[in-house]
Amino acid sequence: MTIHNLYIFSKNGTLLYYAEWNRLNKSGITKGEEAKLMYGMLFSIKSFVSKISPLDPKEGFLYYKTSKYTLHYLETPSGLKFVLNTDNVTQNARELLQQLYREVYLEYVVKNPLCQLNEPIQSELFKRKVDELFKKSPLFLSRSI
Amino acid sequence: MVIYGVYIVSKSGGLIFNHDHNVPRIENERTFNFPLDIKLNYENKKIVVSFGQKDGINVGHVLTAVNGSPVIGRELENGKDVFELLEQPENFPMSLKFSRARMTTNEKIFLASMFYPLFAIASQLSPEPRCSGIEILEADTFRLHCYQTLTGIKFIVVAEPTQSGIEILLKRVYELYADYALKNPFYSLEMPIRCELFETNLQSLLENVEKSGASNV
Repeated sequence: MTIHNLYIFSKNGTLLYYAEWNRLNKSGITKGEEAKLMYGMLFSIKSFVSKISPLDPKEGFLYYKTSKYTLHYLETPSGLKFVLNTDNVTQNARELLQQLYREVYLEYVVKNPLCQLNEPIQSELFKRKVDELFKKSPLFLSRSI
Repeated sequence: MVIYGVYIVSKSGGLIFNHDHNVPRIENERTFNFPLDIKLNYENKKIVVSFGQKDGINVGHVLTAVNGSPVIGRELENGKDVFELLEQPENFPMSLKFSRARMTTNEKIFLASMFYPLFAIASQLSPEPRCSGIEILEADTFRLHCYQTLTGIKFIVVAEPTQSGIEILLKRVYELYADYALKNPFYSLEMPIRCELFETNLQSLLENVEKSGASNV
């Protein structure tokens, strides 16, 4: 089980935070461009899902899976978007994202008066806590070990 | 165990086949008094609930009938504007019928061509090298399975998240496509599939999978 990378987007599409742990494939474009592409894709998926859904969706899009990785998606009612790429055997990554929101984002960004909301997160403490949370999670098992 | 629909998208992203299998109809009728406790908006030639969901009438539902007479665009059959009717207190109480909007054929073509770039971007943004596009996309109300053949045709099945055996079903649909569409001399590639045999066989295959799972297809 591996966690590849994490994106946090604000409600208007700004990349607030990006972290990567095990990433073999570089997409060949800059991080900024990649974030825009990712946000655009998520935005399209959201509208795609709401149209194709046969019943009234509540949470909407949860995850998608390809042959090599799974993208887990969590959106808060305030429009904050958490995106986590893992390998295909990982389960419950959604809970981990919820935990990230509850225990790290709220505690170290929202409760930090020096952090501007809707702007990229600079806080070192936040970075360290995110790293800690993922490294102690059972989903994190680096392939290099 | 429900399969909602099957879509086939050609190599260039056009919708060449679509079959709605088991799409539930969501309809609600309620008597309203003046003033209305929901907010209606006119968008895309439909009157849509934009705020105030209640009693099964949800945001996004479309107004289909007023006092039993159908709504076309923003007017009734007799040419009266619905919003004007709703503003006059003497018309109340009024019975309004709402339903979840069904996809029109145009919307389906639009969505099929929208899936095409999503599929491609998913493989481009992959953290691992040599990755395929989206194979499973899950939301809380459905799960979409996509199988891309070597020739680039995508078979898409939308089903309930608990429905099992979709991978086998997708390959069986591919088989049916190879047998009844490709071997039909009147079928030209990349064009919409209008083959009766294909449709009847697909129909019975879907019913089989729903009834008894994928083990005996």
